[in-house]
Amino acid sequence: MTDLSDVKNVSPIGQPLRRREDQRFLTGAGQYTDDVVLPGQTYGVFLRSPYAHARIKSIDTTAASKAPGVVKIFVGADLAEAKVGGLPCGWLIHSKDGTPMKEPAHPVLAQGKVRHVGDQVALVVAETTLQAKDACELIEVDYEELPAVIDITKAAGVGSSVHDDVPGNVCYDWSHGDAAAVDAAFAKAAHVSKLSFANNRLIPNAMEPRAANAQYTKHDESYTLFVANQNPHVERLLMCAFVLGLPESKVRVIAPDVGGGFGSKIFLYAEETALVWASKRVGRPIKWTADRSEAFLTDAHGRDHSTTAELAMDAKGNFLALRVQTIANMGAYLSTFASSVPTILYATLLAGQYKTPAIHATVKAVFTNTAPVDAYRGAGRPEATYVVERIVETAARDMKMDPATIRRQNFITEFPYATPVGLTYDTGNYEAHLAKAITLADVAGYPARKAASAAKGRKRGLGYSCYIEACGLAPSNIAGALGARAGLFEAGEVRVHPTGTVTVFTGSHSHGQGHETTFAQVVAAKLGIPVENIEIVHGDTGRVPFGMGTYGSRSLSVGGTAIVKAVDKIIAKGKKIAAHLLEAADTDIEFENGEFKVAGTDKKIPFGSVALTAYVPHNYPLDKLEPGLNENAFYDPTNFTYPSGTYVCEVEVDPDTGVTRVERFTAVDDFGNIINPMIVSGQVHGGIAQGLGQAMMEGAVYDTESGQLLTGSYMDYTMPRADNLPNFTLAHTVTPCTHNPLGVKGCGEAGAIGSPPAFINALTDALGVRDIAMPATAERVWRAANNIA
Amino acid sequence: MCRFAIDPTAQESPVSVPLSLTVNGRAVSADVDPRTLLVQLIREKLMLTGTHVGCDTAQCGACTVHLNGRAVKSCSMLALQAQGATITTIEGMSAEDGTMHPMQAAFRECHGLQCGFCTPGMVMSAVQLLADKPNADEQQIREGLEGNICRCTGYQNIVKSIQLCQSGKVSASA
Repeated sequence: MTDLSDVKNVSPIGQPLRRREDQRFLTGAGQYTDDVVLPGQTYGVFLRSPYAHARIKSIDTTAASKAPGVVKIFVGADLAEAKVGGLPCGWLIHSKDGTPMKEPAHPVLAQGKVRHVGDQVALVVAETTLQAKDACELIEVDYEELPAVIDITKAAGVGSSVHDDVPGNVCYDWSHGDAAAVDAAFAKAAHVSKLSFANNRLIPNAMEPRAANAQYTKHDESYTLFVANQNPHVERLLMCAFVLGLPESKVRVIAPDVGGGFGSKIFLYAEETALVWASKRVGRPIKWTADRSEAFLTDAHGRDHSTTAELAMDAKGNFLALRVQTIANMGAYLSTFASSVPTILYATLLAGQYKTPAIHATVKAVFTNTAPVDAYRGAGRPEATYVVERIVETAARDMKMDPATIRRQNFITEFPYATPVGLTYDTGNYEAHLAKAITLADVAGYPARKAASAAKGRKRGLGYSCYIEACGLAPSNIAGALGARAGLFEAGEVRVHPTGTVTVFTGSHSHGQGHETTFAQVVAAKLGIPVENIEIVHGDTGRVPFGMGTYGSRSLSVGGTAIVKAVDKIIAKGKKIAAHLLEAADTDIEFENGEFKVAGTDKKIPFGSVALTAYVPHNYPLDKLEPGLNENAFYDPTNFTYPSGTYVCEVEVDPDTGVTRVERFTAVDDFGNIINPMIVSGQVHGGIAQGLGQAMMEGAVYDTESGQLLTGSYMDYTMPRADNLPNFTLAHTVTPCTHNPLGVKGCGEAGAIGSPPAFINALTDALGVRDIAMPATAERVWRAANNIA
Repeated sequence: MCRFAIDPTAQESPVSVPLSLTVNGRAVSADVDPRTLLVQLIREKLMLTGTHVGCDTAQCGACTVHLNGRAVKSCSMLALQAQGATITTIEGMSAEDGTMHPMQAAFRECHGLQCGFCTPGMVMSAVQLLADKPNADEQQIREGLEGNICRCTGYQNIVKSIQLCQSGKVSASA
């Protein structure tokens, strides 16, 4: 066990410190939202639509209202009467003709129509969950079923409209890049490689289902909401300002221990909004916890693109231009950041690691009668990486070139590099991780392994993926210019207590990432005090000054930097106090290893003494310095960060059964500097597992006629389990980020971004086919291996 | 239109049935609605919230506890089926002073958990796994975890945790 508390002169930075949060999680002492029981607790259950698309002719709650234990029942009309608004979308995209995207109403409870199976129709509040469920059975809803719009390739312009005010179902028709330059490059190309494919729809499946518990307190007319959420301040802001019209000062949002998010808990959902509103009407706290079936039906799903990509090359395989046309599914309603995912977070990444001079993408976003689609681990960047790395692999095969060679030949090698799709990569060394991955994956030994597989009647394949992502969301001015309706800075507060212990408040949120450990390592290194003396607080708008939360691998690069800035202010003030105590000039004080020193002398005073003096200012420059040692900082990044890496996947296929095994998986990532390598490896493991899940087994399937979700449970939606996955070989290269003080880039999404194309490239190599659809189930592989349509 | 509406007035009014069992070494008794699941009893009546509910189809294993020395999914049996039984939950695995079971300590040492939600069930299953197969190899450990889903870790460090516990090289720790 690495315990650095008494190790002098060893920086906690870069150490695999064991996690401080694990004691509570391992002993059952974690506190998740459903674990919270408030005095007078009631329980809410949502009656949900059994139809994908239907008009509500009437709702009769008479019998249900009289059922045992029922406290109150709310339907859409109650919210309309109270003038409760719809759920907002946080990112405005304009179509290529300049018109703003269509933003149809996203009601908290259905208003006249239901638009996907699981759409919430009524909220039943009762003394117990069982009683609420029983009462739901007694609500009579008269539906007039309407034709469902399910297939995204046919959604645009079909007769049935998901929203009456959006005929044709197109949310926006957006384009990015220089179309003329791309057309010109294609006109002179020696070869064009072309591929059409889907990026399969996924269901995030954090193991803790969504949950909320809302309480209204009459004496000060305030609300408290416990909610499984990744960004409680954003949740509060959206709910107060756009839906309920409440002052933020009267609403406290607490996201306690949260059991995984992966994007799905970023968003403002109808359920917690309804609970907050209803809690005042009921006068008692209301708790709702999704069961897994509800999670499948109502959590925002991910991905779901249909894409055609074309890569133009000269005769030597140099990339000249990339043209991409994508249809993206928004689902039935615009979820909080849905519009940004297939646009700003997607098309801007289509350069990948390559110096392709011209790129143009069109993205048509459509509404369908399916659950809303929004950010899921990677959010747009996995889709972009899949496009780039699949078309590059296809190009290598078309050009009869080695897949590593064609990549290397087209790598960006000089930084900073401005891509033709709007980003400026600050730093990177793509050749370094490619070379390291080739060595670690023993590509040299691959032909022998392939021959050994062939001797057993098995097909072996090897695939690369050289991914890039844009993390550290985001420079607010750039995001704003791209349509963001919010700032994307982060806030941090460092409160030094009189005894020298420190509480750090961060606006980012941890739901598995281990911030309580990593952030404490950062602060311990800066202040030269033991990690044990530092407490990290997050997830509570009542304690943390402000925050934008955790998504897009931003917590350390943006949230950590805000903390570093606050610590710098603490040190600067500490120097002034120390200067007074040591009778020296402010400018002569140095801070090192937890001690303030007068430069060039042996006069020094420990951090703890300065802290005490700040709160017991008997000998203190009160005429020019405030007492206390408590500092806030807000940090708005100047650029995105650009983690990159090379993944090499090696698979073996049994053509008789279609069973594919990942025999080797090597991931070499450049995350910049690393604070806790143990936690970083864990993030990569989990990301790769989700990426391989997408490539091998996961896929949300709706019946194209009825709109019923056919993969609505763990019996139907295949989650990766322990025996589906191999051990992953991980390594790093390091080019520190140039524009944040920690030199960090972010590691949370890389695995999910880089792994699907690596796997599919390996599998198509093994099978000798141009493409295979994700998820590459045993059936699909067996058909491909045996030429059976 | 709800096609399966039931009229509660046609039902017998809910009855409560007395239940006695031993949980984490303590005798407990409660009157329960016969429909109460074991996991609901554990979480809602006994307030032992370390046992989690991650699905409704007995697939995810977050609710795993030990019943008379066997790992069971407490979401898929009724509380009344545990009449007279001896149950250990995750809270019963560590000592009063916080000293963890070697399996818990191994998970901490090997970073076998991230968000912590599947972790209690994972630990309870892992302890059972090694009790059944003390010499399980990696493949057997992976197969033995089939009934527990983790979305965070990719399982690699969970397998390592179990192997570390198996090696006896991790000691109980606070």
